[in-house]
Amino acid sequence: MLPTQPSPRRKAITAWFQDRLAWDSVREFLAHKTVPVHSGTIWYAFGGITLFLFVIQVITGILLLVYYRPTPAEAYESVQFIVTRVAFGWLIRSIHSWSANLMILSAFVHMFSVAFLHAYRKPRELVWLSGIVLLALALGFGFSGYLLPWNTISFFATKVGTDIATFIPWIGATVGRYLRGGDAVGGATLTRFFGFHVAVLPALTSLFLLFHLGLVQKFGISTPPWVERRSRGAGTNRPQMPFFPDFFLHELMVWYGALALLGILAALFPWGLGEKADAFASAPAGIRPEWYFLAPFYTLKLIPGHVAGIEGEVVGLLGFGLLAFWWAALPFWGARPDGTVRSKLVTGGAVAFLAYLSTFSLLGYLR
Amino acid sequence: MTYALLLLLAAARLSGKDSCLECHSQMAGDLQAPAAAFGSSVHLQHGFTCAACHGGDPNSDDPEAAMSKAHGFIGVPPRTAVPKLCARCHSDPNFMRKYNPSERVDQDAEYETSVHGQRLAKGDVRVAICIDCHGVHDIRAARDALSPVYPLNLPKTCAQCHADAAHMAPYKIPTDQYANYLKSVHWEELSKRGDLSAPNCATCHGNHGAKPPAVSSVAAVCGTCHVFEEQLFDKSPHEPVFSAMSTGACVVCHSNHAILKTSDQLLGGKNAVCRECHDPDSAGGKTAAQAAGLIQNLQNRIVVADAILEQARTSGMEVSEAILRQTDARQNLVKARVHVHAFAIQAVSQPVQAGLAIAAEDYRAGEAALKEKNIRRMGLAISLAAILVTMAGLWLIIRWLHRAKT
Repeated sequence: MLPTQPSPRRKAITAWFQDRLAWDSVREFLAHKTVPVHSGTIWYAFGGITLFLFVIQVITGILLLVYYRPTPAEAYESVQFIVTRVAFGWLIRSIHSWSANLMILSAFVHMFSVAFLHAYRKPRELVWLSGIVLLALALGFGFSGYLLPWNTISFFATKVGTDIATFIPWIGATVGRYLRGGDAVGGATLTRFFGFHVAVLPALTSLFLLFHLGLVQKFGISTPPWVERRSRGAGTNRPQMPFFPDFFLHELMVWYGALALLGILAALFPWGLGEKADAFASAPAGIRPEWYFLAPFYTLKLIPGHVAGIEGEVVGLLGFGLLAFWWAALPFWGARPDGTVRSKLVTGGAVAFLAYLSTFSLLGYLR
Repeated sequence: MTYALLLLLAAARLSGKDSCLECHSQMAGDLQAPAAAFGSSVHLQHGFTCAACHGGDPNSDDPEAAMSKAHGFIGVPPRTAVPKLCARCHSDPNFMRKYNPSERVDQDAEYETSVHGQRLAKGDVRVAICIDCHGVHDIRAARDALSPVYPLNLPKTCAQCHADAAHMAPYKIPTDQYANYLKSVHWEELSKRGDLSAPNCATCHGNHGAKPPAVSSVAAVCGTCHVFEEQLFDKSPHEPVFSAMSTGACVVCHSNHAILKTSDQLLGGKNAVCRECHDPDSAGGKTAAQAAGLIQNLQNRIVVADAILEQARTSGMEVSEAILRQTDARQNLVKARVHVHAFAIQAVSQPVQAGLAIAAEDYRAGEAALKEKNIRRMGLAISLAAILVTMAGLWLIIRWLHRAKT
């Protein structure tokens, strides 16, 4: 049983911290923060899982930095050294790689759950938009980090990826050269991808993450419209659970579950190293990007060389740009001026988008 | 055909007037054939006209004047005159330098030393002359894949005469060389693996100076490619014996044209070539069996190490360093097989021991990787148990909080 009265020593320690940290406001905030309870409450956990996996990424990434060397001559060998010679190096590297993939998967689940629960609506438009930016940054982490082991697959996947970037209308050539640090993927590409991966992207992600989490705290967790309607109809308060400790403990359980899954994947399926990249070798057969880029990659393969006189890749990139813009603008076309949501339109659009991503990713993987 | 001739005429016009081509292109049959064939000739590409070999005046449209002896027309040169006709240009360094500074100009001199050249000098016109191997009017550069002397085509070119029993009958030499060569590892390398440096007829017999190698020089000829084997053989106890017996060194065990891919069975199997001379219980027979045993042992250890490394690799363990090191073990295996030509057990034993040490180290690396895999799984099980216990504890706290509220 918990003690009903705190001891004098505990009171003294609490007072000491209170004088210096003024944490009453935090305790006050936590005491009143609630989470809506309904059949879809489980989906709220994915934001936290994504954050948890991001923290793991940061920790394991810092540990990898101790031995990793970002030059074509040493990158592969340094990763090989990490996984063969450094104590638990294989585990750190494997967890870093697996948690990166799980984090992106979790971010996608979080994004679609927000869409299906209509949590993007007023006043949370900026929460949605900052979340989209965070997902784009996560994909940037994936793209830049993929090259760092400097193995054959990553080398040629980066070559394909940066080639695609050159088809962006007007600025493609500049973007391609900027990403590669020259006309071809080489040492300059590795150096700048490393810079993006460990400095630029973490800084941007930290800023947007603070912004995103700050807004979530300010506006609280959204209640789905149908739950609100039901409560209004029944004349009752919306069912809530305290964030702390109830939801936090549930979230902690889910994090432990994610940690267990991560451990299983890292131990039973250690992330492979492949063969060292050779710029003069021919590209291996069946080369393809990471799973989260498979849908656009496969779409580009299906688009003919020229569509109405325009290069197929340019048409594809314009299409992806429009699709991304349409999806990012969801809070603006998914809700009416009076604040009510266009439920069928959003659900239909989200289902179609999800179907496109999963089908084309699967086809891209199988073919 | 018409299209080809038009192209030929166009090419001829570009390089200057050639009345020979103009007329012969419009003729039929044997009179047209040389003009048609000339279109693919390296000589035409370099701007030569028919008159370069046949004489005459290519600028004249009058056939009588164009083919007059006054203009040096010689018609079809006799076979005995062909080598010297070709040599007018091909043996002149100053002339050839204009077209290819690195081109050899000793073909005619070499030809005179060949069996072909020597017989031709004695009036035997059935022997090969330049045009029999290189073609007549459609002579292509030797590096041209369609040239009859291109490495892949050369064996067949030689076989035109040397596999023709009727043609070779007067010379009383075998005609099975080509058939045997087609069974050889050399032809396999050349034709299947596309290694153009693999030996063909000219590699061992010479091209323009073609002659069978003397018995005493067989090892040196094979040694142009198989350097280490020759060096080891020269110092081996077999060398003085084979020399005294006037046998052709390498061919005693490996044959000449039908040189098959070697295997360890050649040394120690039931059909071991050593047994043809050495009784299994003799010192030589025992040395051969011992060498075969050593090599087989290394081969087995490499296979075993490969297997455990593959098992570790497919389990997700990082063993690429050991897999790479296996290359060194294999190199020692190759080295041991080469050192068989020293015919001394010590020479074979040294690389075998080095290879065994590497294979053993790699096997240990595979074992360690598999052990590490088990440790990892044990660690995973313990971690999962700890996580599950923690999750169960959290669940109990959640339930306790829920009960406290209700």
